[in-house]
Amino acid sequence: MTISALIIDFTLWGSVLVLGFIAFRRGRTVAISAAREGTMDFINIVPRIGLGVIGSGYIAAVIPPEVITGWLGPDSGWLGVLTAVIAGGLTPGGPVVGFSIGAVALKVGGGPPQVIAYVVAWALFAFQRLILWEIPFMPARFVWFRAAVSLPFPFLAAALAMVIGKP
Amino acid sequence: MSEPPLKQPSPADDSAEADPAPRRKRKPVGWSMIFIGVLVAVSATLVYRRDGIDGVLEILSHDMALFGGILPRVLAGCLLGAFIAEILPHEKVSRALGPNSGLKGLLIGTAFGAILPGGPFTAYPVAAALLTVGADFGATIAMVVSWTLIGYGRAVAWEIPILGTDFTFWRALISLPIPVLAGALGRFVYVRIYPKRGDEPS
Repeated sequence: MTISALIIDFTLWGSVLVLGFIAFRRGRTVAISAAREGTMDFINIVPRIGLGVIGSGYIAAVIPPEVITGWLGPDSGWLGVLTAVIAGGLTPGGPVVGFSIGAVALKVGGGPPQVIAYVVAWALFAFQRLILWEIPFMPARFVWFRAAVSLPFPFLAAALAMVIGKP
Repeated sequence: MSEPPLKQPSPADDSAEADPAPRRKRKPVGWSMIFIGVLVAVSATLVYRRDGIDGVLEILSHDMALFGGILPRVLAGCLLGAFIAEILPHEKVSRALGPNSGLKGLLIGTAFGAILPGGPFTAYPVAAALLTVGADFGATIAMVVSWTLIGYGRAVAWEIPILGTDFTFWRALISLPIPVLAGALGRFVYVRIYPKRGDEPS
């Protein structure tokens, strides 16, 4: 277990304990009913997350990264940004896959604005995360609404990167 | 959006949540789960035909280990969401993060998303809890987008090691205005898709 994972777990369970303590001071029954509610959410969500996490390896295995880096291409203007956004939305798997593809794209000569657009699009609306993580926890209507509203922003990020000439 | 807009017979105050303890509804297995199940089955079959049973088992054991590691955090996230839903006073949340909270509500949502500890196992249960206790779509969008784009968790754990500090810094800096803009766009669109009296953003 790495240091950053330890820090994440520490802050996470620390927050749970602090909030649980605050709830407990409001009253035992309040705290117990909240804890029961959270546990029921957990039991309800585990099969969905399980399907996603255990299944995503297979999805990532059949969509090789080269396909996506191929789409990103070298410095390719707004068409490159558009393909980067589409590729970001279609990228399966977790952060290792998404960021590694971005890193490979930078290495093979992809333009920084295109890679920014790719990473931002992946962070905002990678379809697999929408379905596996967001839909189980949140109202589906909210998830699709948020994804739709997020559509313009990878383009904005690419435009800002072009204007400031960084990274 | 063929769904008819929800009727809201109550006059123009924003206390839409009349019952004292709104509970998130648990969902039955929906089409998205079926879709992903089919996708996983097809992908696993393709892996089997390409790499044989060893390839299938290798991915399975790797992902099972990953899943086992994530489980306690999912539990922590669910508890966090439940406690937040219980502790936060509804009137204050709907004033600070509700449809009429203006730019301030979007900024609070952005700040909250940026400092939230943990990964998707925290962000989404907490966002769902905020929606339950009176935050509107705009402020919740700002929170989720802020968590995904400028939150430190994923950047420190994954992006900096893989993409480097320089890229990550500029990527995050460029992303700074996006949560507020996405939240504002969300509100702008929301009141036009789901017109309700008394929900005009200020």
